[in-house]
Amino acid sequence: MIELRNVHKAFGPNKVLNGVDLTIARGESMVIIGGSGTGKSVMLKSVLGLVTPDSGSITLDGQDVTTHERDAFLARFGMLFQGAALFDSMSVWENVAFRLLRGRLKRPKAEAREIAIEKLRRVGLGPQVADLFPAELSGGMQKRVGLARAIAAEPEIIFFDEPTTGLDPIMSGVINELIREIVTEMGATAMTITHDMTSVRSIADKVAMLHGGVVRWTGSVAEMDATSDPYVQQFIHGRADGPIPSVR
Amino acid sequence: MTNALSGFLAGLGRPVLEFLALIGRITLFAAQAVGHIFRPPFYWREFGQAVMQIGWFSLPVVGMTAIFTGGALALQIYAGGNRFGAEAVVPQIVAIGMARELGPVLGGLMVAARVASSIAAEIGTMKVTEQIDALTTLSTNPMKYLVAPRILAATLTLPVLVAVGDSIGIMGGWLVGVTRLDFNSATYLKNTVDFLQVWDVGSGLVKGAAFGFIVALMGCWHGMNSGRGAQGVGAATKAAVVAASVLILAANYLLTEVFFSA
Repeated sequence: MIELRNVHKAFGPNKVLNGVDLTIARGESMVIIGGSGTGKSVMLKSVLGLVTPDSGSITLDGQDVTTHERDAFLARFGMLFQGAALFDSMSVWENVAFRLLRGRLKRPKAEAREIAIEKLRRVGLGPQVADLFPAELSGGMQKRVGLARAIAAEPEIIFFDEPTTGLDPIMSGVINELIREIVTEMGATAMTITHDMTSVRSIADKVAMLHGGVVRWTGSVAEMDATSDPYVQQFIHGRADGPIPSVR
Repeated sequence: MTNALSGFLAGLGRPVLEFLALIGRITLFAAQAVGHIFRPPFYWREFGQAVMQIGWFSLPVVGMTAIFTGGALALQIYAGGNRFGAEAVVPQIVAIGMARELGPVLGGLMVAARVASSIAAEIGTMKVTEQIDALTTLSTNPMKYLVAPRILAATLTLPVLVAVGDSIGIMGGWLVGVTRLDFNSATYLKNTVDFLQVWDVGSGLVKGAAFGFIVALMGCWHGMNSGRGAQGVGAATKAAVVAASVLILAANYLLTEVFFSA
């Protein structure tokens, strides 16, 4: 279980998080929605320790994430970055098997490659892709490789940062479906940031809306559709008029 | 009046404080990087690649720089020496000039241009495209994986480059001496070898190691602290080369003062 309590973070005068409270239960797929620049990425990076909050606590299974032994802690996570963030100096399979080629999960090269190819297959890419370099792949394929890398070491918790941004609607659908399937079959806890409502509907068990640096609303997808909260309503229907200013 | 005065003083003080803070941050960064060099895990593959990139592929540019410098030096010393009948010192001065000063300094500057820029651009791009964050989430410390191998590789390979540069530079002087200035080949070489002392060469190699450290440190620091987007990476690259070059020249003066002042 991941718990954020009263998390604050500012960059200079710009207060990004203003007391975020959020609980993600084990095995749950939580989707965070909110406009651009509302601190979704900062929140996600705070949980991973890539950003250090100014105050508040973030715990994983009751233990503070900052006091965890770093390696052991991060070994439980997988993350798909917005731009896939593949290492362009390495081939596709070396990217996928990155964790399996070094550190505490290190195993023989042949075995790591085999696992990588299996993970690539899982995300719908054939073995011929394994020896290509990231720059030779389309955006959709890069996302899939990023997804394969995120799941390569069978993490308990997977983070997805805007998984469908920049993809065409069909590829978005494919990625959404993959995420849902993988999260279900691995029994993983998932946290996804998106402003793509199709993603929300296909991935989410629960939805949280971030606005003004706080979690403004949480509930299931059905509750989201039924809620009278004007912020949520404006966001999910993509209206220019409403409490959320359109010029930010 | 007091307001204007305190405003003026604050305006003076702020950049000074910022500069001191910057020095502090770079020092901590360097200390951290050096710490990672000595603590496992070691990324040998990354170290090997860095040695190739920084050392091996810099050989042509360092060699070219050295041979032309050695040649020009021989001509200048001949012309200068000619004014008081001291043309014969060409081999000795070329040797000492290359080994003590020009080999390490010009080698360092050429490597700064080639390597500090490429390290800063590469790491900066990795930062901008979230590859550095990705490394961290994959349980790999970027300081250990990216910075430490490059700093170690540069510190170890630059002395070798300097040694090669010294030899080629002296050879450039010899070539010009023999073909253009009517020196006897064997005498030129003998004068060079007899004159040079171990510390002439050794001090240059120590300088080389220091310059290598500076080059990689500046490349890594500016890359890791790169701003966003193409502009951020461009600025980081430029800053890395400028900072590395200036620091090399400053360090060269300091080291020369330490090694050779009476």
